[in-house]
Amino acid sequence: MLLIPCPWCGPRDEAEFHYGGQAHVAYPADPAALTDEEWARYLFFRDNPMGPFSERWNHTSGCRRWFTVTRDTTTNAITPETSR
Amino acid sequence: MTRRDREVLSFTFDGRPYEGRQGDTLAAALLANGVRRVATSVTLGRPRGIFGAWTEDPTAVVQIDRPFPEPMVQATTIPLHDGLAASSLAGRGRLSPDPDPARYDATHAHCDVLVVGAGPAGLTAALNAARAGARVILADDRPEVGGSLPDTGEPVEGRPGVEWARAAAGSYVALPDTRLLTRTSVVGYYDHNYLVAVERRGERAVTRERVWRIRAGRVVLATGAHERPIAFAGNDLPGVMLASAARAYVNRYGVVPGRRAAVFTTGGGSGDAAHDAARDLAAAGVEIAEIVDARQGGLVTGVRGDGEVRAVLIGRPGGPAREVEADLLLVSGGWNPVVHLFAQAGGELRYDDRIAAFVPGRPPEGGQSVQVIGAARGVFTTAGCVAEGLAATSPPDLPSTVTRSSRESRVPVDASAPGDAPAREDAGPSGEAGAQPLWLVPADDYTTHFVDLQRDVTVADLQGATSAGLRSVEHVKRYTTAGTAHDQGKTSGTLTSAVIAHLLGVDVGALGTTTFRAPYVPVSFATLAGRDRGALHDPVRVTAMHDRHVERNAVFENVGQWKRPRYYPLPGEDMEAAVLRECRAVREAAGVLDASTLGKIDVRGPDAAELLDRLYTNMISTLKVGAIRYGVMCRADGMVFDDGTVIRLAPDHFLVTTTTGNAAAVLDWMEEWLQTEWPDLRARCTSVTEQWATVALAGPGSRAVLAALAPALAVDAESFPFMTWRDTEVAGIEARVCRISFSGELAYEINVSWWYGQALWDAVLATGTVTPYGTEAMHVLRAEKGYPIIGQDTDGTVTPADLGMDWIVSKKKPDFVGKRSHARADTARPDRRRLVGLLPEDPDVLLPEGGQVISTGHLPPPPVPMLGHVTSSYRSAALGRTFALALVAGGGNRLGDRLYVPVNDTLIPVTVAHHVLYDPESTRRDG
Amino acid sequence: MSDRLWNSPEPDGAYDVVIVGGGGHGIATAYYLAKNHGITNVAVLEKGWLAGGNMARNTTIIRSNYLWDESAGIYEHALKLWEGLEDELGYDLLFSQRGVLNLAHSLQDVRDGVRRVNANRLNGVDAEWLDPAQVKEVCPIVETSPDVRYPVLGATYQPRGGIAKHDYVAWGYARAASALGVHFVEHCEVTGLEVSGGRVRAVETTRGRIAAGRVALSAAGHSSVVAGMAGVRLPVQSHTLQALVSDLLEPVHPTVVMSNAVHVYVSQAHKGELVMGAGIDAANSYRRRGAFHIIERQMAAALELFPCFARAHVLRTWGGVVDVSPDASPIVGLTPVDGLYVNCGWGTGGFKATPGVGWCYAHTIATGEPHPLNAPFTLDRFTTGALVDEHGAAAVAH
Repeated sequence: MLLIPCPWCGPRDEAEFHYGGQAHVAYPADPAALTDEEWARYLFFRDNPMGPFSERWNHTSGCRRWFTVTRDTTTNAITPETSR
Repeated sequence: MTRRDREVLSFTFDGRPYEGRQGDTLAAALLANGVRRVATSVTLGRPRGIFGAWTEDPTAVVQIDRPFPEPMVQATTIPLHDGLAASSLAGRGRLSPDPDPARYDATHAHCDVLVVGAGPAGLTAALNAARAGARVILADDRPEVGGSLPDTGEPVEGRPGVEWARAAAGSYVALPDTRLLTRTSVVGYYDHNYLVAVERRGERAVTRERVWRIRAGRVVLATGAHERPIAFAGNDLPGVMLASAARAYVNRYGVVPGRRAAVFTTGGGSGDAAHDAARDLAAAGVEIAEIVDARQGGLVTGVRGDGEVRAVLIGRPGGPAREVEADLLLVSGGWNPVVHLFAQAGGELRYDDRIAAFVPGRPPEGGQSVQVIGAARGVFTTAGCVAEGLAATSPPDLPSTVTRSSRESRVPVDASAPGDAPAREDAGPSGEAGAQPLWLVPADDYTTHFVDLQRDVTVADLQGATSAGLRSVEHVKRYTTAGTAHDQGKTSGTLTSAVIAHLLGVDVGALGTTTFRAPYVPVSFATLAGRDRGALHDPVRVTAMHDRHVERNAVFENVGQWKRPRYYPLPGEDMEAAVLRECRAVREAAGVLDASTLGKIDVRGPDAAELLDRLYTNMISTLKVGAIRYGVMCRADGMVFDDGTVIRLAPDHFLVTTTTGNAAAVLDWMEEWLQTEWPDLRARCTSVTEQWATVALAGPGSRAVLAALAPALAVDAESFPFMTWRDTEVAGIEARVCRISFSGELAYEINVSWWYGQALWDAVLATGTVTPYGTEAMHVLRAEKGYPIIGQDTDGTVTPADLGMDWIVSKKKPDFVGKRSHARADTARPDRRRLVGLLPEDPDVLLPEGGQVISTGHLPPPPVPMLGHVTSSYRSAALGRTFALALVAGGGNRLGDRLYVPVNDTLIPVTVAHHVLYDPESTRRDG
Repeated sequence: MSDRLWNSPEPDGAYDVVIVGGGGHGIATAYYLAKNHGITNVAVLEKGWLAGGNMARNTTIIRSNYLWDESAGIYEHALKLWEGLEDELGYDLLFSQRGVLNLAHSLQDVRDGVRRVNANRLNGVDAEWLDPAQVKEVCPIVETSPDVRYPVLGATYQPRGGIAKHDYVAWGYARAASALGVHFVEHCEVTGLEVSGGRVRAVETTRGRIAAGRVALSAAGHSSVVAGMAGVRLPVQSHTLQALVSDLLEPVHPTVVMSNAVHVYVSQAHKGELVMGAGIDAANSYRRRGAFHIIERQMAAALELFPCFARAHVLRTWGGVVDVSPDASPIVGLTPVDGLYVNCGWGTGGFKATPGVGWCYAHTIATGEPHPLNAPFTLDRFTTGALVDEHGAAAVAH
């Protein structure tokens, strides 16, 4: 049960959140202009690092806001990214 | 209180009646009655006695028969109570077929400091932290505080140890924001200082066991140490016992575990624990036959006795042995700090040569805040433990979360108390660090030198593993099962590692240990399940009209957490008859469905239309206020995700409906895009599923029904056309009526405040002309019209085009979520599986949903090429036959083709039809 | 063969094939490279102890009743190999075909189950649909009352499914491969992949550089990390998956029961302990410790299905790192780098495929072309969209 720092509500138990995977993967500006391969990269390929990982969480059982933290996937050490 | 002053309790073991005393464990009571053989070993069938006195015991694992059967419980931890019945086991327990009548629950707790272990170190730490103003939880798995003090009777700060501990605990609980949890085992140490403890509240408590989920600012582990055995021939025979255990039985329980004892020690512990144990036993009247001290070259080479110890063999390996008569052999092979929780937290262990044991090394990373004190890190003197407890919780060591002003500390802070330095001078010459690493007594035959008494693992077994080439302690553990039993290697772990290291000729520290895993002590499934069982397993959601459905004998189906009426059987009706009747009512007269469970999301804002344009495949922004449009959403991969209606309430205000099961997911989806991709869009989404109760009124007779209920509403087709909505009063209730249809018939969905849902339902039925219908009839009716059910006719691999709904995919919009994926090679394939109708050639034959579709009239040997599968299949009153919907490869090009659905060994011939089988021209929707 | 299981020599400077990852898949692949293709100059590099990753951590369920033809092909090939494996390897694997039940708790579960049974039968995979009474006959301790929160409405049943002792499988393969000349190098972590001219040349390890004609990745949860060393990006995400065992009990559970809807899968091992899988942790992780609330939920669900487990005890919990692909199907085949092969994305269910994937992956490595059974499981499918979506059949359960 991670203790996740919601920028709006404060630290809360992991069970209150929904995980959103890698952060900073923008929806392509013009999907139609992409090749199939480029589109596949957007759809299916995400970083999977062993170490610090910038990731998204949604405080579904709280304020319902999305935010970003950096979490180390080997130690679970969390550093907030999103600021209020 | 002496033993004889305690209350007498009756119990049985293996069917024989015995008496014990209040405060006994089952093991203590058995020993008091002279019962020394309590189990049989699991693979070798050897007798097993009582080896330890608490959770470290590997041998006395018994079955509880009364008050309720529980398998595999350590007799050394079972609090004796009147009427307890237990029996011996041969390594495997028995589950009861009867339901467990006990209740379990869970609670959450937060604290600045969690101290685990209420021995001298832990008590001091907890009291000191509380005095400094911290919110403290002190947890200990024993019924009383003091740790090993009641076992040893050692004094603390000049007072008898037990008295000191009680006084310290009394001072502690008197302070504000302190909690003392006895009989509470901290079993797991998880990320971010989250720990799980199990409180054993007793057989008579309302809640038998309780899980504590504790988030601690800081954790102080004062978990003590376990004495460990020595591997020698026959060291499993009942009568062989840890010296510390024998001492505990004498001092804590007032039970004398034998008449004449020998002692085999390698030294170590506080003072010299084995010698102290011998002294205490002697004081209790046990004759001490001999103390065999390995530091002086003494060795116990074996024991003799049939079923229990009668004599101890003392001598040198290979040399002559002296036989010394004894019925008890106390063994002390050194002490293992209890590092389980520290290791679970992610801390690394290191091997400390001074005490020949693994001790806490590098602390864990990643948001854990943990400190280990006292015997748990190899400080074995009581004075040293008290000093560590003080040092650990003295400001400025306390966490910053402690902000309240410190209360005056009456306990002086010892500035010279040790910190985290690995090697210290407090290991006095009295023997604390003087353990000789004697692990096993050399012999020619190691087949009875046990390292794990519960799993029957011997030194010979370890030899077998290493001679098979295994070099890792994990491999050897798996090869032999050493350390995998109830005690989780508490006595066997370090010994096993040491013997393997000896066999391989490597350093114990380099070889390491196996992983310490939660739980620290076994925890029953029921305890962890808590109250999330039966009706509370998952919330049940019901609509405002639910009681009415129950009154009508509805048969319910679970749709997500909702209970929905599937059909309403009349007396004598089966499901088929009921559904045919309900369908006929809708097609020929009027039916009413409780549609309240549909997800409803209120979308508002100047950019609400733009948001919906981007999420739905079709154009929403062109929808006029007052109108309704059906819409489909895809995931980014182009597959259908959900469908529903969108109604426009104002230029900047929409209400969208979702499928029942997807309501939460669709809201999440909309919010995710809105917040993370398009924060510039000015729109907000609010779930209103449980604000609106919805009644679907369907059938050619529905207009008359509505007209009667809503006199202010012009209900004719021209005034109130298809796919529009009106606000009006229905049955005197403020309502929003939508002219939409999921059956192809003239139909209305009447939405009212949830509060009035039942009143509306009653009013509709009070007209006497409307038949309630359930989800099954709804499914038949929609299938006749070729309307797909998301999740039934789709499976996450289906595009809108696959559903024959190319028309709903906008060609005008530059983009919507999923659009790009529709242009990929595979999604553009012409032979994709498409939704079609299937008509069995025999109109009475009902295809099984999930049946596969093949092209050949015979079954070739497997693998048989499959064209698709039946997604929906029903008997249709309107069509007068059975029919099905199916996803079939190249479906649209197969209209009129004969295909086959294998059912067991029969091939059912079917004809492919268009998926809209009823009223394809939609002539009925205006009534 | 002797009692000796495998040899752990110092690594040579060069091998024809270097397999990165000494788990079940890597070991089996080495065995079939030697046995089927005569390629014996093979090293299996394992950063820890052999078969100490997911091979040592799974719940040992074996079945082949997957939905799609592609999956049925490779899993059924695996099951057929399982059926002869003890003889083939000359090693007791405690392989027990005690049957596998997949329970249905909703009408849609029933449709999906029947669909899978029908597809299985046409694919030559043994499968039956059981009603609740028949479920009770196969496994009398399952709660089949209609009065529980999510009643059992039926189940798919694969009689040939079952369990095997995971460690013994790894050791049996390793012993046989070792006898054929394969080197198993433990405590040898790959730290780099040397690629030049578009071709892999060598691996850098904590025990030095090892030249390699071909390099085959088989690193399960760590696949992204090792593939990344050659610049190959994989569409997988690593997560912690937990499991647990109970104390030893008299025989009570005769088969294997899985329930995706309530996240329970359980069998009783030969020694007597209940072996149960729990749900997957939500967030990406390379940790072998999972979150406790997952275990608590698991227990609640388990007792709904098996009320008689109430007083069984959780003895030990643990976690493994699984690599999950977008369609819950594996990726086995070629990479953009010549001579570099990938086998990953088995998510929560790689154990049962061990013989099948070893066989096919060895073929791929030996011939440079996918075996027909792993040909559908290319990296390329994520570009074309030709996914093999097994979420329904795989879910979290093994």
